Amino acid sequence: MRRPITLYGLTFSLPLLIWQVLFFVFPLLFLVALSFWTVKNFVMQPDFDPVNWTTIYGRAVFWQAYGTTLTLAAAAAVLTSALAFPASYAIAFKLSDTARRWAVFLMVIPFFTSYLVRIYSWQIFLSDNGIINVILGGIGLGPFQMLNTVGATMIGYLTLAFPLVVLLQLFSLVFIDRTLIEAAHNMRCGRLRTVFEVVIPSARTGLVIAALFCFILAFGDFVSPVYLGGGEPTTLSILITDTTKSGQQWPRAAVIALTMIGTLMVVAFAAVKFAYKGKSK
Amino acid sequence: MSGSAELNRSRTVDWALMLYVVLAYAFVFAPIAASFVFSFNSDRFPSIPLGEFSLDWYRAVATDPLVWDGARNTLFVGLIVGIVSTALGFGAAYTDYRYKFAGKQVYLALALLPPTIPVIILGLAMLAYLSRINLSGNALSVIISHVVVCAPFAMAIIRLRLSQMDPALEPAAWNLGASEWMAMRHVIVPFCAPAIFGALFITMAVSFDEFAVAWFVSGLNETLPVKVLGFLQGQVSPRINAIGTFVFILSMTLVILAQLLLSGRGAKPADKE
Repeated sequence: MRRPITLYGLTFSLPLLIWQVLFFVFPLLFLVALSFWTVKNFVMQPDFDPVNWTTIYGRAVFWQAYGTTLTLAAAAAVLTSALAFPASYAIAFKLSDTARRWAVFLMVIPFFTSYLVRIYSWQIFLSDNGIINVILGGIGLGPFQMLNTVGATMIGYLTLAFPLVVLLQLFSLVFIDRTLIEAAHNMRCGRLRTVFEVVIPSARTGLVIAALFCFILAFGDFVSPVYLGGGEPTTLSILITDTTKSGQQWPRAAVIALTMIGTLMVVAFAAVKFAYKGKSK
Repeated sequence: MSGSAELNRSRTVDWALMLYVVLAYAFVFAPIAASFVFSFNSDRFPSIPLGEFSLDWYRAVATDPLVWDGARNTLFVGLIVGIVSTALGFGAAYTDYRYKFAGKQVYLALALLPPTIPVIILGLAMLAYLSRINLSGNALSVIISHVVVCAPFAMAIIRLRLSQMDPALEPAAWNLGASEWMAMRHVIVPFCAPAIFGALFITMAVSFDEFAVAWFVSGLNETLPVKVLGFLQGQVSPRINAIGTFVFILSMTLVILAQLLLSGRGAKPADKE
């Protein structure tokens, strides 16, 4: 619409810009500078020394954690997407409009419950004397160790990401052109085949973005690996909290954080490219 | 959307899918429900069979001065974060709605990206940066960081509302002699009012539950979620359930208020103000 820069326009656009530059862009840039600082006698000094990078990248522990985190996050993205899809599909295609609105509303609720409280609650279910083992014991099974396992970490990631993934998948599924599905059915395409050859390709963008968000969430989460997974195997997020909270080694933590951001950017870029492949332009 | 020709359907598959949906919701709500139930349970190590009904955990929480400090900090921080984020988010939403300018993509990226950065990285960056400029370790540092994360939510909610507005409405006000400021005050703001309050409540609720960034930057001024993290690190304590249930009720009240504002009377295009 109207182009000239006015005081009026700036009043609305500038505050957020200033805030995000000052408190979002600058902190992230500062992280880059910080990664070259040195720590002597527990005091950080401005410096330009690549020692933190070489130290961290020279450690087998770091690369192990990197591999673990990447694998766990990728597994979480695939698992969550696969488990969420039938639910999203059913909500999108099998429910009435009213029921669908309720389903969406219910899926939003978890966002406003404390993730920490839910993780603690999973401990109640999964611990050695927890609910699940008591039930299994009742039919003569177990007890199984479920807490402090990778499986428990996965349950934590699911707790974190499942509602978001369902909502994002749902959002792409409801916008699929129904006539496409009917056309497939008319041409005697089976149910399952329709899902794989019509529904999933049509909703690809949303499905990939949902998986990407799950990956990002799991990649950065430190609560599930610690309080459900028992801290073993170590993930990058655990490494960051340990390095920051106990060691005064912020520059090294910065190296880990920047490596994580770099990785996420590559993954996000690849995912978005794949999601929009062959669309528009 | 439903009611299209229902070819090729099978009852069994439909039932299986419905059962699956129910199971999915059971998975999502199991921890929430369990936390509620066990907050009223006397056992030190919660499991089944349930112990006696008791309010001990609520009592333990209510008599813990540190919890009260945390609650006060959380409310104080949440209130300010809600107001500031909503104001900033409104400005950004209106900017996106009304203006086209070079670099708009970058502007929008800045306005929307922060929630996609893992909180742990944001927490570390905030801690390092804010302590460098001597702003770390107090409630202000939590407020600053939470606004960064919350403003995008406010922006998205208000932008959605603006897109429902007839784009001719504002120019019409100008043509009738209203200045830009008057049009803002008498046309845009009233139209967006439900979304503004919705954004206010949602951002407050987000701030109430955020623990990671707050954990990094809060220092001694811990918010309630940071306190919960402390309980989780210490010996396992059903106190978490009591706090969780309390915060859940608080957050849900805010969300339901927001929902009523966003979907109720406000959704109708013509608002009488």
